[in-house]
Amino acid sequence: MSHIVQNQKYRNRQKIKDAFITAFIAIFAVVWMIPILWTFWTSLRPYSDIIQKGVFSRPDTLNLQNYADAYRLMNIWEYLSNSFIVAIPAVFLTLFFGSLIAFVVTRYSFKFNLYLLLLFTAGNLLPVQLVYAPLFKMYIWIGDLVGNRNILYDSYLGVILIHVALQVGFATFVMSSYMKTIPKEISESAMVDGASVFRHYWNVILPLLRPPLAALSVLMTTWIYNEFFWAIVLIKSDSKRPITSALGRLQGEFVTDFNLLAAGAIMAALPTLIIFFILKRQFVSGLTLGSTKG
Amino acid sequence: MTTTATRVKTRRRRAFTRRDIVTLVLFIGVPSFLHIFWVWIPALSTIGLSFTFWNGVKISDIKWAGLANYNTIFTASPQFYDALQNNAYWLLWFTFIATPLGVLLAYQVDRAIRGHKIYESVYYIPVVLSLAVIGIIWRFMLGPAGLVQVLLGHPGIEDAIPIFGNYSINTYVILGIASWRHIGYIMLLYLAGLKSVDPSLREAAAIDGATEWQTFRKIVLPAMAPVNTIIIVITVIESLRAFDLIYIIYGTSTGWPILGMLVFVNIYGQAASMLGAAYAVILFLLSIIPIVFYLRTVFREDIK
Repeated sequence: MSHIVQNQKYRNRQKIKDAFITAFIAIFAVVWMIPILWTFWTSLRPYSDIIQKGVFSRPDTLNLQNYADAYRLMNIWEYLSNSFIVAIPAVFLTLFFGSLIAFVVTRYSFKFNLYLLLLFTAGNLLPVQLVYAPLFKMYIWIGDLVGNRNILYDSYLGVILIHVALQVGFATFVMSSYMKTIPKEISESAMVDGASVFRHYWNVILPLLRPPLAALSVLMTTWIYNEFFWAIVLIKSDSKRPITSALGRLQGEFVTDFNLLAAGAIMAALPTLIIFFILKRQFVSGLTLGSTKG
Repeated sequence: MTTTATRVKTRRRRAFTRRDIVTLVLFIGVPSFLHIFWVWIPALSTIGLSFTFWNGVKISDIKWAGLANYNTIFTASPQFYDALQNNAYWLLWFTFIATPLGVLLAYQVDRAIRGHKIYESVYYIPVVLSLAVIGIIWRFMLGPAGLVQVLLGHPGIEDAIPIFGNYSINTYVILGIASWRHIGYIMLLYLAGLKSVDPSLREAAAIDGATEWQTFRKIVLPAMAPVNTIIIVITVIESLRAFDLIYIIYGTSTGWPILGMLVFVNIYGQAASMLGAAYAVILFLLSIIPIVFYLRTVFREDIK
């Protein structure tokens, strides 16, 4: 009897505590959204409205005019397509290369396997500041060597390749830890059947890699799309820059017309937001496959 | 014993046809070539160049400098110590405030409080945004005519108070913006780990009358040991190589110096020295400890 009463008391106290925590997290969540909502709100109002009546005024008009203007004036479409021209091949190559290394390292027992894995994973963790100055020089030298200075420097190819070279370490790591869970017997029966290494990879292992490939492709697309630094260092022509790199310049050019800039920023954020809301599970599992498999 | 070993070896070796060997070489060779030439060789070059003077034009112009660049940094660059201090603030703030907040949030959301699905999404959103976008979003909050300025009673563009340029508060402002993203990221990582902790353990602890805090410390934290290590390492590495956000807010001016920015400014700014390379090497030396720690954690079983 007394035990039940005590239990009841404990449960009541827990309920009150839970209500407090829930309220706190809810308030925190609202605060979390304010910057984005405020930017969105700003993007819906005409500039003249704010100049005349102040930022906090009740708006006369709320429409998407800023989006139409920003789209036109800022060449948003051009920059967005640059982003995809870089991100899509980069993600594809990263996953392809990563799956190759992961396949060899987990399916065959060579002595160098562990060193290879360590090399790729460590390379992924290096501070990029260590890499970019010589890389920039290297791109120009290679360009001079083949007689076309823009083969790597100031070209999509150069940016794609450095993204692949850096990210392949993460992809390798995630896929190799996933592949370790695929039973060895599958590979052994393939080898007994006399399948070549290529068939073993292409027909046996690759189809089994769908879950990590899906998760990684979502995650890598977001990362590479969001990354703006390499394009700033390696691409000189503004017309070739991905949107996240172009935003810096647009910010300077449209600094006074911030409603337009807000619309531009929202449009730049849309692709990753859409990907996230549609493929949230893939995004989350991509990040966690890499970190919790330890 | 030895004969069986060799027999196994030869049998395995015979299983590879010449085409298989070519395939294997290509499988390993092409990605490794790209990775080594694009990442490791530039990285090693930077280390080498940090001991030289060079204007960056002709290779024959490279002059041996010994430790002169490092000497300049340690004795004649007050900015270095400012940057070191800012990196340290960043690290301390992330370690003791942002990361624990992310962990706590994950722990509470994991208990399936009402509306936890919505909260998850809300806290993740900053994680999927580019820092370029985040910079603009926060300018609308804190810059001239921003929301915070209006709330503080400075609605106009002319009477705006400087926030990013105010040395007594800008450290907190920057760390606040960085946390806006970091907390969600940590929460995301931790939440996935928590889902793998057996819920019956926690129920048992609750029935035994353990308080929430006791359950967290005695049951959840030990069960999450590998994730904890990774989160700590991620926090340290991110704090050391922080750059993007500062670049977005301050450009290349050293309004809030940080090591990552000093590398950038000194490589592209001052021609004839390799100060930037030396800064990069210092950054690298500081990162080695967390990198080794990370590799040891994730490859624990393979190394044994």
